[in-house]
Amino acid sequence: MLQRPGAARGVFAATGLPPIVWLLALFLAPLAVIWAYSFGENRTLVDIAITGSWANYARALKPLYLAILLKSLGFAALTTFICFILGLPVALAISFASPRAKLLLLLAVMLPFWTNLLIRTYALMAILRTEGLINSGIGAIWSLVPGLGPFEPLPLINNNFAVVVGLVYVHLPFMVLPLYAALDRLDRSLIEASLDLGAGHLATLFRVVVPLALPGIVSGIIITFIPALGAYLTPDLLGGTNSQMIANVIERQFRSANDWPFGAALSFLLMYMTFAALLLQSLIVRRHAGGAP
Amino acid sequence: MKGDSIIHFEGVTKRYGKVVAVDNVSLEVKEGEFFALLGPSGCGKTTLLRMLAGFEVPSEGRIFIDGEDVTLVPPNRRPVNMVFQNYAVFPHMSVADNVAYGLKVDGVHAADRARRVEEALALVKLDGLGGRKPDQLSGGQRQRVALARALVKRPRVLLLDEPLSALDAKLREAMRTELCQLQAQVGITFVMVTHDQDEALALADRCAVMQRGLLQQVASPSDLYEFPASRFVADFIGSVNLLEGQLVVDEPDHAEVAVAGVDQPVFIDHGVTGAAGTTLWLALRPEKIELHKWADAPPHPGDAPPGRNVVAGTITHVAYLGSESLYEVTLADGQRLKALRSNLTRWDQEDFALGETVWLAWHACSPAVLLT
Repeated sequence: MLQRPGAARGVFAATGLPPIVWLLALFLAPLAVIWAYSFGENRTLVDIAITGSWANYARALKPLYLAILLKSLGFAALTTFICFILGLPVALAISFASPRAKLLLLLAVMLPFWTNLLIRTYALMAILRTEGLINSGIGAIWSLVPGLGPFEPLPLINNNFAVVVGLVYVHLPFMVLPLYAALDRLDRSLIEASLDLGAGHLATLFRVVVPLALPGIVSGIIITFIPALGAYLTPDLLGGTNSQMIANVIERQFRSANDWPFGAALSFLLMYMTFAALLLQSLIVRRHAGGAP
Repeated sequence: MKGDSIIHFEGVTKRYGKVVAVDNVSLEVKEGEFFALLGPSGCGKTTLLRMLAGFEVPSEGRIFIDGEDVTLVPPNRRPVNMVFQNYAVFPHMSVADNVAYGLKVDGVHAADRARRVEEALALVKLDGLGGRKPDQLSGGQRQRVALARALVKRPRVLLLDEPLSALDAKLREAMRTELCQLQAQVGITFVMVTHDQDEALALADRCAVMQRGLLQQVASPSDLYEFPASRFVADFIGSVNLLEGQLVVDEPDHAEVAVAGVDQPVFIDHGVTGAAGTTLWLALRPEKIELHKWADAPPHPGDAPPGRNVVAGTITHVAYLGSESLYEVTLADGQRLKALRSNLTRWDQEDFALGETVWLAWHACSPAVLLT
């Protein structure tokens, strides 16, 4: 229904204003404050002066922090890669399942979202720790085989391995869902045409399915990479002293170190990296669609 | 060799749960033939084609191509290629890459490949468009890409799924002729699925008519039209008047059928071999019924004895179709018959008017006698 522009403006104001105010007051304004802090320095314990200095950023780029930043990037990239390798077959299986099974499988993928992350991480700890399910399970089998000697528990927790396992576990749904959405949209007759023309399943996957699902694949990668890069709880609970990620460092600045300006600078570095990832995505997607005139 | 059997369905059945999509179909397609699978939607014709391509596995029965049992052979190892209903042209590849795809996965050498792609594009009159992307092509051109992509593989059989359904009327007509010429040129066996009887009659050497999973009749287009095997085929192919009647006289050289609403028994110029009183149906095509002016004496059509196969009626509807006019004539008992009359001159459509009482007449050889 078409309305007078004036009336439509009234409706727009009524429905659009509350969320806009919400966004400005509770998201953008605090963000601006943090951004300002990143150019400041501590005067007293509670007082921060905005001096416009770049010192916080210079400090953030020192080898100590740069190494943690790079390590975070490495963790996030590895997590994304493993999620993709695991998620692609899952997404393919769901998109080819019967409508009924499809619903159940999608539900199973989303089920972890309905449980608190903290509880899920503790559950993972119960599985991975030295006396956990895996180690005690292997130990039980070990003791049954004669001549193996005493069982040495596998170091499954408080190390980089545990962090990556935890990150993959938490972020797999973020990869599966966009991949599924892209694959489900794919015209089945294109896959059949490829098979009909003599291509095997693997050739069809790499020559037809992956190129056509590329926008979905890029979304899946970005959507997995960004939260994995900023992960806090997983490295905090599953990692060792040597597997800190950048979010853990930021948390320390805001709390135990009480150095808000430096924490703000680190936060914004992380945010700029996120922006860079999003920019990359839009470039890839645009180039993909760029085949058309 | 031309004329030998190339495809053989042997008691093929396909079930989806409780639904029987294809029911015990046995069928042979001959080498070099243009074969059509014809039937209303949901009759199982597409399932049959997809089993031939390898996308569906029969629940029962076997399929042979060139004498080889391919029932369980996957689609990528069958000597058949398909032109999909929506063409299924790969949108991320150029026209040339689309056509080269099947050769590339077969490991055909690059130089050889380029030559064959060029030949295939020339065959479907797309020379020079190899660099285009599919979204820069019209629907008709995309179909040509699909044709070239399938033919470049030199399949033993080309499968076409509703090849003309997505084209507009004018293009469809042109493409019909072209498909026929193309088939003659490449000499490959074509198997086409269609729900459009005109398309099947115009293109195919032989047609299989299917209904609810069952094969109804396999015959040449003219046999299907003139000698249908059942009421379903008679009604599905073209337009028809079906008259229900009882057999009253059955001699080796003629038969007579009593039809309600027609005064005298209908005279047929051949024997029927049925018991007297058997219920049967006469399929009478509208163009085989002549219209005569009431003022004239009752006509004596051709080979029927004088006065037979003539019935009076009133014109209750006239549809002027350009090349011909379709008259609906209502008999005394309310039964309606369709009669088609060619407009041979520019004034012919004025000969008969709505509401006019007329004689309908037909030859003793015109009705097809159907027992089912």
